[in-house]
Amino acid sequence: MNLLEIQHRMLDAVMQPLTNDEQMQPRTRDGRSMHDVAAEFIKPNDRLSSFERLEIYNRQYWFRVLAALEEDFRGLRAIIGPRRFAALSKAYLIDCPSESFTLRNLGCRLEWWLRSHPEHIQPRAALALDMVRLEWAEIEAFDGAAEPLLISGEMLVSDADPRFRLQPYIQLLSLRYPVDDLLLAIRKDDSDGEMASNAISERRKQMRASKVVRQKPQAVFLVVHRLDYSVYFKRIEAEAFLFIRALREGKTLSAAAVLAFQGRDIPESKLLGIVQSWFANWSSLGWFCRPESPNQEFISSLERQS
Amino acid sequence: MPANPFNGFTDFGVGIGLRVPHYQHILSEKPVVDWFEIISENYMIDGGRPLHVLDQILERYRVVQHGVSMYFGSHEPANREHLKRLKALVKRTKTPWLTDHLCWGSVDGTYSHDLLPMPYTFEAARLTAQKIREVRDFLEIPIAVENVSSYAEFHVSEMTEWEFLTEVVELADCGILLDVNNIYVSSRNHNFNPLDYVNGVPAERVAQVHIAGHSKFEKYILDTHDHPVIDPVWKLYARAIERAGHTATLLEWDDKIPSFEEVHNEALKANQFIAEMEVAS
Repeated sequence: MNLLEIQHRMLDAVMQPLTNDEQMQPRTRDGRSMHDVAAEFIKPNDRLSSFERLEIYNRQYWFRVLAALEEDFRGLRAIIGPRRFAALSKAYLIDCPSESFTLRNLGCRLEWWLRSHPEHIQPRAALALDMVRLEWAEIEAFDGAAEPLLISGEMLVSDADPRFRLQPYIQLLSLRYPVDDLLLAIRKDDSDGEMASNAISERRKQMRASKVVRQKPQAVFLVVHRLDYSVYFKRIEAEAFLFIRALREGKTLSAAAVLAFQGRDIPESKLLGIVQSWFANWSSLGWFCRPESPNQEFISSLERQS
Repeated sequence: MPANPFNGFTDFGVGIGLRVPHYQHILSEKPVVDWFEIISENYMIDGGRPLHVLDQILERYRVVQHGVSMYFGSHEPANREHLKRLKALVKRTKTPWLTDHLCWGSVDGTYSHDLLPMPYTFEAARLTAQKIREVRDFLEIPIAVENVSSYAEFHVSEMTEWEFLTEVVELADCGILLDVNNIYVSSRNHNFNPLDYVNGVPAERVAQVHIAGHSKFEKYILDTHDHPVIDPVWKLYARAIERAGHTATLLEWDDKIPSFEEVHNEALKANQFIAEMEVAS
């Protein structure tokens, strides 16, 4: 047996799901005896059979990936409950094993996968999907790239209708449920629960379940952003969301404003004030970065100010 | 042989692994530590707090990169995206040498996120050495490979683990990160004398030594990095530095991580063995 054959055979066995009592499956996916398969390439020793030695790796694999997914999607786990979350995780990881060198990316296909496997999140599929989107956005916002800030006073003097670039780490989410509040509440419960007795923990679980059941649909427009290296959730108005999303898509200032205020009867003077207040707020949070290739006028404007 | 081509001709002492629970202490108290080892993959990202903390650490401390997913022994070619990100980090940290494991962990782009054991065959040694050379050529930095703890052996193996390690590093002309805890763990799991291992590796290629703790189960030992170093492992360490000289030494503690002082004090016990070795020589 050559290196490639051993690696195929071992990885197949290692990634095969565990039994319900967390043991290695007695049969391979194609129905062969796992004892026979293990014995073909792994030596037994005086304490462990080939099967048992292979099982150590099988268990390590599943414990590791399941723990990583649980760590990243605690909100989803709270919504559907630990047992269903375990089943969902197992099914997801069978269909979508890691294709990245880092466990950070383990959940990158979870939203996509859940859309074609809604049975795992029914009857609260919309709520669960919103939560998954939020939890993935948080991961992206945590370690996404940050570019030099567009500092106050910088502007494209030659461009009457400029385009603005958002920081790459910023995530924009249009949600059907207020899952931002729910996630923060779940985290608070978890953190309080670490210091609580079993009885109190049980009561907390029940309170959390009722909190989830009580969730009512509510349109939320959310920016997941970073300030001083911590991730925050900031709700914005619908118009502001349309506007900032248009800027992210590369639309000009005026095109973004048209999209944001389409069908709204707002006087131009007031509209200008609204946009200015958005810019003031978002700039103070460091959401804009410098243009990719500053033109001469841009450089000149900086020089004039310095 | 403390400074050699495989650790960039450096002369590092005793360090510890940089871990998140210690960030605040290190940044605020600025303890004297000879060097830190970082897990490369934790910082192969585009931005955010991990890189911000790393930059502050780099201002004050010497840092060496240690990887967990290069998988030199995987049959497939190295992942280009991984290599590009790793090279960017190498430029950032200016690590004098870089380490990863003598193991495999991926097939056809699917990752196990585990350090899976190699079959000790000449074919595997040749393929692994070729990949180490390719990675070193791309990164333009000395590389040392670490022996892993293992729980399985293969029928097809044609040599002992230390013979395999020697074959790989000679073919690749690279260094060794000798993990004496891993040697101990594997020796108990596979019934060999750990001193044979330590005595069997080419000492002139040892770029760095790892020490750590582990967990004992009824029928095997697991490399968990969640305990202090036990005496038999210190004895292997003493023999390793007797052969290789005062080599850069690193304590790994990855689970149930105690206070910074406790981890650092455990690491500094190595100095006692270094002093005894220097007196004896």
